[in-house]
Amino acid sequence: MSSELLRLVGVHKHFGAQIVLNDVNFAVSPGEIIGLVGPNGSGKTTTINVISGLLQADEGEVDFQGHKINRLPMHQRSRLGINRTFQVPKVFRDMTARENIEVAARAVHLPVTEIDPILHDIGLLELASRQAGSLTVNQQKLLDLGRALATRPKLLLVDEIGAGLSPAELHVIADLLQKLSARGIAMIVVEHLLEFLNRITERVIVLGAGRMLFEGPLSAASRDPEVIAAFIGAA
Amino acid sequence: MPNSTSTQNVSAKPNRLRTSIILLVVLTAVFLVAPHLYANQSLVFTIMTFIVLAQGLNLLYGFTGYLPFGYVGFFGSGAYATSLLVLHTHLPVLACVAGGGLAAALIGVILGPLLRLSGAYFSIANLAASQILFFVVSNPDLADITGGPYGLKIEQVYDPTASYYCMLVVLLIACGLAAYFRSSGFGMALRAIKQDPVSAAMAGLNVVRHRLIAWLVSALIAGLAGGVYAWGISVFYPDAVFTLDFSVFAIVFALFGGVGTVIGPIVGASLLYILYSAIGISTPQYFQLIYGGLIVLLVLFLPGGLLSLLQRRGINVF
Repeated sequence: MSSELLRLVGVHKHFGAQIVLNDVNFAVSPGEIIGLVGPNGSGKTTTINVISGLLQADEGEVDFQGHKINRLPMHQRSRLGINRTFQVPKVFRDMTARENIEVAARAVHLPVTEIDPILHDIGLLELASRQAGSLTVNQQKLLDLGRALATRPKLLLVDEIGAGLSPAELHVIADLLQKLSARGIAMIVVEHLLEFLNRITERVIVLGAGRMLFEGPLSAASRDPEVIAAFIGAA
Repeated sequence: MPNSTSTQNVSAKPNRLRTSIILLVVLTAVFLVAPHLYANQSLVFTIMTFIVLAQGLNLLYGFTGYLPFGYVGFFGSGAYATSLLVLHTHLPVLACVAGGGLAAALIGVILGPLLRLSGAYFSIANLAASQILFFVVSNPDLADITGGPYGLKIEQVYDPTASYYCMLVVLLIACGLAAYFRSSGFGMALRAIKQDPVSAAMAGLNVVRHRLIAWLVSALIAGLAGGVYAWGISVFYPDAVFTLDFSVFAIVFALFGGVGTVIGPIVGASLLYILYSAIGISTPQYFQLIYGGLIVLLVLFLPGGLLSLLQRRGINVF
């Protein structure tokens, strides 16, 4: 049994002639939080779309707990323990916050008694009866996270959860993600906010034009010439 | 705080079960008594047929968002399958009606790939499919089997009273299913899929399977209605059971009452069909004008249906 939770081997993805992922290789261990950074259009969201099953890789392997999952549909990946949040939150707008969590809980046979603790974790317990569509965007992002948590994920793909949050709100989110990591949930966090990433990750992967440019601590990434070129342009 | 939200949720279930039972009892009572109060039993039979069609369409459109312009295809298939079973087997007529429902569901399985389409593309493809079915059964070359353009006769089983009660049973099944969709985890999953299929898939829901089940249940209901309708009229041409008017009526009736609810299609079909009959008798020359005007007013001022008037006032409509 591998200690790796997820491994991407030589993953390629293209949209027509446009190559969006080019030989992406990395692994994630249980409970680990890694950051996925890069300029706009570098392939960050495509990477998590390929892992979550929203897109299929054109070449390469996506292995989860030692099993190839390339062809599995999203709901099966969700049941295996892969879940995600979305850059633009995708909540069930006409349902209450509680029902949003309940949909996922029922799908994976999570006891209903587990719903309120999840709402508590994401700070929405007092808004449980509110329609999701009436929540602020930030609250909807948290609800997205709560819906993902209700499926008891082993790997959580977090897509730009910090965008638009105040420093105090970012602090709360960082604490929450670290708490989840301590429970053994691995995370791939796509984020532009480097300070936020520096706080919660020990390792980042930098993508540029679909290629992996760097893998290691964020502090070292900022000194890497390829990374600098990708972000501010080659000299 | 956690306890209060949980308690609300738990108590909602018995309430909805009680509401469902009350609704089914009221419907049974109304349609058992109606023929004794109103001599034109065939009109009441037709109202029940349209409630079933509106409710069957509601199961699909109201809970998944797929609008089947060709919904009548299932109705006609049920009518033909039932009649052919009556003519070519020695099965009891009720078994033939059940066979009609299953035949419509089988057509639903064959047309299942249409669910890959969305919006207007699905609606138009479904309309085309129902037209194909119509042209197949009305084809003169198949007259030996389907009766071709001359239709079918099953006078040997004609029984207006038995078919009336059978339509009532189908109506109760359709409304019972709508109540189940409205109050169960399955229905909640369908509502989630309707709102955001990607997010629903990430919530662990098998989107394709849920949609297919709703589609087949909806087809089954239309097929059963078609079977009983054929039994009730006993002689019919292809146009009588494949007319697009049936699809249009089912859509308008369901929308008029309010889709995604249990009561909406019942209210919509009952009110509009009674109005339709009243206008047709009293002022037939203005019939299309008045009816069309009503539909325009509905779309403009009550896009959520009649029951949305209550929902706007915070009343939870079942």
